[in-house]
Amino acid sequence: MKILVPIKRVVDYNVRVRVKSDGSGVETEGVKMSINPFDEIALEEALRIKEAGKAEEVIVCSIGSKDCQQQLRTGLAMGADRALHVLTDDEVQPLAAARALLKLVEKEDPKIVFLGKQAIDDDCNQTGQMLAALWQRPQATFASKVDLDGEIATVTREVDAGLETLEVDLPAVLTSDLRLNEPRFVKLPDIMKAKRKPLEEIALAELGVDAGPALETTAFEPPPKRAGGRMLESVQELVDELKNKGLL
Amino acid sequence: MTSILIIAQHEDGTLNPATAKTLSGALQVGAEAIDIAVFAEPGSVVAGQAAKLDGVRRVVAVEDAAFKHPTAARLAPEIAALATDYSHVFGPSTTFGKDLMPRAAALLGVNQVSDIQQVIDARTFKRPIYAGNAIVTVRVPDEAIVVATIRSASFAAAPEGGDAAEIDARPAAAEDPGHTRYVRLESGGGDGPDLQTADRVVSGGRALGSAENFQLIYGFAEKMGAAVGASRAAVDAGYVPNELQVGQTGKIIAPELYFAIGISGAIQHLTGIKDAGTIVAINKDAEAPIFEIADYGLVGDLFDVIPELEKLV
Ligand SMILES: Cc1cc2nc3c(=O)[nH]c(=O)nc-3n(C[C@H](O)[C@H](O)[C@H](O)COP(=O)(O)OP(=O)(O)OC[C@H]3O[C@@H](n4cnc5c(N)ncnc54)[C@H](O)[C@@H]3O)c2cc1C
Ligand SMILES: Nc1ncnc2c1ncn2[C@@H]1O[C@H](COP(=O)(O)O)[C@@H](O)[C@H]1O
Repeated sequence: MKILVPIKRVVDYNVRVRVKSDGSGVETEGVKMSINPFDEIALEEALRIKEAGKAEEVIVCSIGSKDCQQQLRTGLAMGADRALHVLTDDEVQPLAAARALLKLVEKEDPKIVFLGKQAIDDDCNQTGQMLAALWQRPQATFASKVDLDGEIATVTREVDAGLETLEVDLPAVLTSDLRLNEPRFVKLPDIMKAKRKPLEEIALAELGVDAGPALETTAFEPPPKRAGGRMLESVQELVDELKNKGLL
Repeated sequence: MTSILIIAQHEDGTLNPATAKTLSGALQVGAEAIDIAVFAEPGSVVAGQAAKLDGVRRVVAVEDAAFKHPTAARLAPEIAALATDYSHVFGPSTTFGKDLMPRAAALLGVNQVSDIQQVIDARTFKRPIYAGNAIVTVRVPDEAIVVATIRSASFAAAPEGGDAAEIDARPAAAEDPGHTRYVRLESGGGDGPDLQTADRVVSGGRALGSAENFQLIYGFAEKMGAAVGASRAAVDAGYVPNELQVGQTGKIIAPELYFAIGISGAIQHLTGIKDAGTIVAINKDAEAPIFEIADYGLVGDLFDVIPELEKLV
C-alpha cells in the first residue's frame, strides 16, 4: 500500500512573524522556511508504518512555488521514497489544495493520505477534512495514535473532551496532532541520497483544478498588545492587588 | 436575504456553551433569520435547550440513532442538504466544529473562514493567522455561501430569551456511509470547572516536574474554584491529560483570571490566553517571556509561592 503525505512549506515555527509596517502582509523576506511541523509528524508516522512492514511506499507531495522542492527534498531525506511537486506561484487556499490533492489521489491510489491537522501559517485546519469530503472517504483528524490492522485503521484523536477513538475503513484521510510522535532528525548521508530520489513536477494548471471562490484578504494587522505588566515583590502584594481589582 | 444556520454542539443531552457563543457571532452579522440545527438521537432534549436561546427563529431538529456519536462523515452531507436555504452556516471553533465544518464546506464548494474573532459585516471577518501573530481581515466573495467557525473565546454566550423558538423536526437526509465508526471517548480530567468556560484558570508548566507535583496546581485551583490548564510541555511529559492543554493547538480560553505557573510563555501558549482578563505569572526566571504579557508577575520558586498563596487566598 501507498501512503501520500502532503507537506506545506511554511515559515519555521521558531520565527516570530511580524506584520509589515504598511499592513500589506507578513514579513517573510529572508526568514527560515521549514516543513509545516504537523506535516513532519504525519511523514514520520507514515515512515514508521512503512518500517513496520505495513506500507510499501511513502510519497510526499507539495503544492506551491519552486521553493517547495527544498522541503520535498527534506522529506525524501527523512525517508520518503519519492516526491510530487504541484507547481504554482499563486496562493493556494484549502479548497484548491484539497481538489489538487484529490487529483494526486486519483493518480496514485494511496490507502492513506496523511496530512497535518493545520498549517501554521494560515492556521486554517481544513484541507484534510475537505479532501476526505471530496474523495468520499473517512477522516480521522487530530490523531495522536494510529493502529493499522489490514484494511482498518483505529485512530485515537485529541478532542476537547479527551481522547476519542474512531475506527475507519481504508482508504482514509488522517491528520496528525502533535503528540503522535517525535519526528526523526535528518542525517547528512540521507540528504545526499535524497538528491537521487525521484521528484516529479506537475503544473497545477495541468491538473484542471477549479480553485473555487477564494477568500480575499483585505488587511493585515498586528494583534492588539496587552498592556505591559507589573512585577510584584511578594505573594502578599499579589494577593492585595488581586483583591483590589475585585478578582479575589 | 441574510440567513444563518448554526450547527449545535452537544454531549450527554446538554447543549455545549460553544453553541450560544456561536450564536453571539451570528447575531453580530445582522441576519434576518438565525436557525440552529440540532442533530441528535431520538428523544433528545437538546433541541428544546437550543430553542430557548434569544434571537433564534427556529430549531431544525434532525433525529437519528446514529447521532448519539455523530462523525463528520455522517453529519457533513446533512449540513450540505440544509445549507441550501441559508446564506451562512456557522459552527463553533471547537474540535467538533473544526473536524466537521470544513467537510461541509467542501461539499458546498467553498473555503471556510476559520476561527472568526470579529465580525465586520455579513461577509467580512477578522481571524488570526501565524498563531495569532497577525490578524487578517477576510472577505467572502458574494456568490459563495459563508461557511465559518466562530472562536468561542472571542464571544460571550448569547443569553436565553423569553419565548422558545419553534422546533422543526425532520428526518435525516443522508445515509450512514458505514466506513467511520465511533469506538469510545476517554476523559482523564477531574470534576472541577470546565476549562473552556471557567472564569478562573490555573495552569502549570514543565516546571512542575511530575504528575505528583502537579497535584499542587490541582489543589490551588480547587481552592480558587478554578479550572486546571497546562502547557504543552506538561501534557507531553504526561503530568496531565491532553484536554488540559492551553494554546494554539490546545484550547483558546478567555477567563477573567489566569495563573501561569512555571510556564515560560512560548508564543504558542500565549495564543491561547490573549483574551484573558488578568494574567498572573509565577516563574523563577525574571527573564521569562511570560512576564512581558502578564498583568502581574512574581519571580519566585513555585514550590514556595503556591503554598504561601494558598494560605492567603
Ligand atoms: C506547532 C506547535 C504548537 C504548539 N502548541 C502549543 C500549545 O498549544 N500550548 C503550549 O503550551 N505550547 C505549545 N507548543 C509548545 C511551546 O512552543 C513550548 O514548548 C511550551 O509551551 C513550553 O512549555 P512550558 O512553558 O511549560 O515549558 P518551558 O518552556 O520549559 O518553561 C518552563 C518554565 O518554568 C520555569 N521554572 C522552572 N522551575 C521553576 C520553579 N521551581 N518555579 C517557578 N518557575 C520555574 C522556567 O524558568 C521556565 O520559564 C507548541 C509548539 C509547536 C511547535
Ligand atoms: N500547499 C500545500 N501543499 C501541501 N500540503 C498542503 C498544502 N496546503 C495544505 N496542505 C496540507 O493540509 C494540511 C492542513 O492545512 P490547512 O488546511 O491550510 O491548515 C497541512 O498540514 C498539509 O498537510
